[in-house]
Amino acid sequence: MSDIAERVKKIVAEHLGVEPEKVTENASFIDDLGADSLDTVELVMAFEEAFNTEIPDDAAETILTVGDAIKFLEKNAA
Amino acid sequence: MRRVVVTGLGMVTPLACGVEPTWRRLLAGESGANRVEHFDVSDLPCKIAANIPRGDGSEGTYNPDQWMEPKEQRKVDEFIVFAMAAAKQALDDADWHPESYDDQINTGVLIGSGIGGIEGIADTALTLKEKGPRRVSPFFIPGRLINLAGGYVSIAHGLKGPNHAVVTACSTGTHAIGDAARLIALGDAEVMVAGGSESPVNRLALAGFAACKALVTAFNDEPTRASRPYDKDRDGFLMGEGAGVVVLEELEHAKARGAKIYAEVVGYGMSGDAFHITAPTPDGDGAFRCMTAALKRAGISPGEVDYINAHGTSTMADEIELRAVERLLGNAAANVSMSSTKSAIGHLLGAAGAVEAIFSILAIRDQVAPPTLNLDNPSIETPIDLVPLKPKPRKIDVALSNSFGFGGTNASLVLKRYAA
Repeated sequence: MSDIAERVKKIVAEHLGVEPEKVTENASFIDDLGADSLDTVELVMAFEEAFNTEIPDDAAETILTVGDAIKFLEKNAA
Repeated sequence: MRRVVVTGLGMVTPLACGVEPTWRRLLAGESGANRVEHFDVSDLPCKIAANIPRGDGSEGTYNPDQWMEPKEQRKVDEFIVFAMAAAKQALDDADWHPESYDDQINTGVLIGSGIGGIEGIADTALTLKEKGPRRVSPFFIPGRLINLAGGYVSIAHGLKGPNHAVVTACSTGTHAIGDAARLIALGDAEVMVAGGSESPVNRLALAGFAACKALVTAFNDEPTRASRPYDKDRDGFLMGEGAGVVVLEELEHAKARGAKIYAEVVGYGMSGDAFHITAPTPDGDGAFRCMTAALKRAGISPGEVDYINAHGTSTMADEIELRAVERLLGNAAANVSMSSTKSAIGHLLGAAGAVEAIFSILAIRDQVAPPTLNLDNPSIETPIDLVPLKPKPRKIDVALSNSFGFGGTNASLVLKRYAA
């Protein structure tokens, strides 16, 4: 697992208050991890902060699963 | 009008988390005051406050994790967590956990706060300045709004009746209970979860109240002596934090389910000073009129009042309230005990009236007036027993609880021993 994947999973587990083992790449923030729409906004902000990057709103809308976030950040984060 | 009784109590105070441990410590003459350690007070004139005893939840300590999930706590200011704690206690105490749709829609929430999430507003303003708007959390607004205390409580317990909040500075808790009782009396709800919550022990709020010259500054090295209502050495109020919540219930509803009844809410009166933004009128007319209105509503004469829980903040206003009470009681003044429990827990602002109404209810239950601590040398002569230093066992069938707030907003509740 890449360093980015590990960090993303840690952020997700902390922010959503879920067991780390539930945070799989296929897990949907809303359907599987109990997030609501405000939680997902905050998650994206946490990714931006942690990876020192900017995630535009239209990109943020496509980040629905843990794997989506990892893919986006592997491609875009410094 | 339908009758309204109190069937559940909950509180988090500087003395303890929980009604009974708080009450025990209050009657033991203990103080919740201490030095502020969790932020820098070196440049503030007031360096003390009455802080909730935080801990693992044992021995009356407050452990927020018992009342709200950590991931939810992160989103809100502490006044919301305090309200969640007090509301859960009150609902458990009342043994009222509505599950049917009918029970849920007949149970409402009316919890207020004086200033709400001022700490989160201060912190987020800095985030905005330092990092820009993209770093402002989506939980910033819902975690600071005053009515979100009631919002969170309603969601946690499925309470779908009237959902309301009061914001009247230091009268908030009294107004909340009085307004909620009226909603029941008028038939808008059968049960109301009502009270106030406040989390003002932070740098911005201390600085703001200090600027108003309202805070105690002469006792930074002796915090437990700082709150001293009616004493000649008093020099300002001691800030406190916490929440008080009661379960109010229509009498027949309470009887039908065999609920334990603490007391009846028989009177509620309000008035405005129309005088000054922070100072009461020197003649105490606003205080006199709200007490008079509450007794009139209760159909109780001043001579029937046994105990008064005073607003008594340990400021210049103490004597104004005292004179208004003397005017109200006339020749009956010598028969009344009046104490300020702010001497032990400080001034909980928007939570004060709710916590003090609960103390008044417990005074009726246990037939004892809680003490006014630190009243070593009264600044004024009065025929009224101010219950100095030690609790006073006595007959208490009728209690009056007063709150007066910035803006000249005054409220009084009359609570009475329940009799069928």
